[in-house]
Amino acid sequence: MLSFILRRVFYTVPIMLGVSLVCFALVHISPGDPLVSILPPDASVELQEQMMAIYGFDRSYPEQFLRWLGLALQGDLGNSIATGRPVASEVFNAVGNTLILAVTATIIGFTLGGLFGFVAGYFRDSWIDKLATAISVIGVSVPHYWLGMVMVIIFSVELRWLPATGAGPGGSSQWVWDWEHMQYLILPAVTMSVIPMGIVARTVRALVADILQQEFVSGLRAKGLLDRGVLAHVIKNAAPTALAVMGLQLGYLLGGSILIETVFSWPGTGFLLGQAIFQRDLPLLQGTILVLAMFFVVLNLLVDVAQTSLDPRLQRG
Amino acid sequence: MTPFRSPNDTPLVRVRDLSVRFAGTPPVHAVNSVSFDLAPGEVLGILGESGSGKSVTLKTLLRLLPERKTRITGQVEVDGQDVLALQGRALADHRGGVASMIFQDPSLALDPVYTIGQQIAETVIRHDGLSKSDAMARALEMLEIVRIPSAKRRLANYPHEMSGGMRQRAMIALALACRPKLLLADEPTTALDATVQIQILLLLRDLQKELGMGVIFVTHDIGVAVEVSDRLAVMYAGSFVETGSVKDVIRDARHPYSKGLLAANLVGAAPGTRLDAVPGAPPPLNALPEGCSFAPRCAHAETACSMSPLPIWNGGNGRWARCVQASCLGALADAESTS
Repeated sequence: MLSFILRRVFYTVPIMLGVSLVCFALVHISPGDPLVSILPPDASVELQEQMMAIYGFDRSYPEQFLRWLGLALQGDLGNSIATGRPVASEVFNAVGNTLILAVTATIIGFTLGGLFGFVAGYFRDSWIDKLATAISVIGVSVPHYWLGMVMVIIFSVELRWLPATGAGPGGSSQWVWDWEHMQYLILPAVTMSVIPMGIVARTVRALVADILQQEFVSGLRAKGLLDRGVLAHVIKNAAPTALAVMGLQLGYLLGGSILIETVFSWPGTGFLLGQAIFQRDLPLLQGTILVLAMFFVVLNLLVDVAQTSLDPRLQRG
Repeated sequence: MTPFRSPNDTPLVRVRDLSVRFAGTPPVHAVNSVSFDLAPGEVLGILGESGSGKSVTLKTLLRLLPERKTRITGQVEVDGQDVLALQGRALADHRGGVASMIFQDPSLALDPVYTIGQQIAETVIRHDGLSKSDAMARALEMLEIVRIPSAKRRLANYPHEMSGGMRQRAMIALALACRPKLLLADEPTTALDATVQIQILLLLRDLQKELGMGVIFVTHDIGVAVEVSDRLAVMYAGSFVETGSVKDVIRDARHPYSKGLLAANLVGAAPGTRLDAVPGAPPPLNALPEGCSFAPRCAHAETACSMSPLPIWNGGNGRWARCVQASCLGALADAESTS
C-alpha cells in the first residue's frame, strides 16, 4: 500500500509538468493582445515595446515558459496586468472563496445524491425510485445559471429572505462563519449542489442496483445476515466507484462554476477566470488555470489512494 | 401421493406438495408438487439437468427466492419449523444457523471486498453472539477443518487472492461455521477443475461423516451424485420423477428419464460411438404438458401418459417412480440383464 502511494505520488510529477505546459500554451494560443487593455489606443511604439519588455512578452516562448515555471515553483505567479497585484495572492484569495462555496455545495449534493441514489437503487422500480430518478434527471439537465436566476428572483427579489449577490460584508477576502456571511452562501451553494446531486444519485442508484443483483448478496442473506448487515456490505462495495465520481465532481466544482459565480457575483476562481479572460490578463489567467489544474491533479491522487484502500482488488496493479 | 420416506421417523426436512411459481404471463412452474423427507445425517442427491427446478427447490428451503415475484405453496419444515411461515429475525436465524448453503460459484458468492476471515466471523457473531476475537478464532478453526493450508494467513486473504478450490473450501467453512443441522449444496463442484472437484467432493463426504449434518446435494453429474449420496431423487421439469437408494436407482432405474440419464454417461462408452443421449429438450416451464412432462421425449410413451394425476409405481422402502410403465420397464431391464 505504501509503495503504491509513493509510486502514485511520483506519477503526478510528469502530469503536473504537462499540465503547466498546456496552461502556458493555451493562454498564448488564444487570440488577443494582453497589452491592449492597459495601453492607451494612441500609445507610441516605444512605449509598447517597453511594456512588452517589462512583462517579458518580447522573449521566445520556451524562454517565457521556463521563466514562468521557475517563478511559479517558488510561488510567484507574476503580477496581474490589469490591477498590478500579485497573481498568487489574487488566486489564493479566490480559491479560498471557491472552496467555501464548493465544499458546502458538495456536502449538500453528495448527501442528498447519495441518499436518493441509495434509496432508489435499494427499492428499484418502486415509486420512491421513480421520484428519486426524476429529481436526479432534473438536477443533471436544468441549466444551473437559469436555476440560479430563478432562485434569486424567488428568494431575494420576491420573498426578500436572502441576499442575491456577493460574499457578505467582509467583501472578497474576509470570510467568517456567521449568519451575517452565511446567508450569502445559501443560494449559490444550493444552486451549485444540484449538478453533483443528480450525477451522484444516478451513479449510486446504478451501483446499488447492480450490487444487489450479484450472487454474493444471496450469499449474505443465506448466512443469516439481517438487512442492516447486508446494507453494510452493499455500501462497502459501492464506495470505491461512488468515491471516484464524487472526487471528479468536487474537482469540477473547485474549478468554480464561472456561470454560477457570475450570477451571484461570488468572488471565487470562476469569477476571477471570467475577469481574466475578458481583460486579456495573461498572468492572471495562466496562474488561475495552473492552480486549479494542480488542485484537480491532487484531488485525483487522493481519490485514487482512497479507492485503493477501499477495494482490495485494485492493490495488485 | 406416497412421499419419499426416510427410515427415521422424525425427519430433519419434511417437504410436502411444494410448488413454486414465478410471476409471468403465463407463470413459470419451476417446481411442481415435490414431496420428500430427509433424516438427520442423511445425504439426498437431487439429480437433474439445468432448469429442472433443483436449485429452486434448494433455495426454497432457505427462502432465498425474490419474494415479490415468487409464489410458494405446500409445506416445508426444517427441524420442526415451518420455513414458509418464518419472518424477519426468525428467518435470518434459520438461514445460516439451522440450514446453510454452499453456492455453485464461490467467486461470485463471496463478497469481494471483505476478507475470508471477516466473512466467516460475521456469520458466527450474528448467530452465536461471539466477540470479534472469538469469532476470528472460530473462523481459523473452520479453515483448518476444511484443510486449507496455512489457514492463519488465509484468514486475511480476499476471495480474489485464492484459487477456485480454496475459495470453495472457504465457502464450505463459512457454511459450516455455525454447525447447521442441514447443509444445502447447490452444484458445489460444477465451477471447479476436474481434479479439484474430486477433492472438494471427498472433503464434503468426510465433513458430513464427522459433523453428521443432513445434506441435500444438487447436481447434474450422476458420478458426483453417486459419490456422495445415500439416496437419489431424479428431477425433471420441476417434479421428482423417481427416488430411491443410490444402489436401487443406478441398478434398476424405472423412469425412462433416469434410464436416459444413466445411458448418456461417458464412463464405459466406446470411443467413436455415439452416446445414447435423450432426444429433444425439456418442455418450457411456463407451458407444461398435461400428465407426464417427459412423454413428448419418451420412447415408451402411450396415451395413458397424458392422464393426470399419473399413477405412482411404488417399490417399497421409499422407492418410487412416477411413470405409467415403471413396473414393466423394470421387467424389461431384468430381461435384458439375464439375456
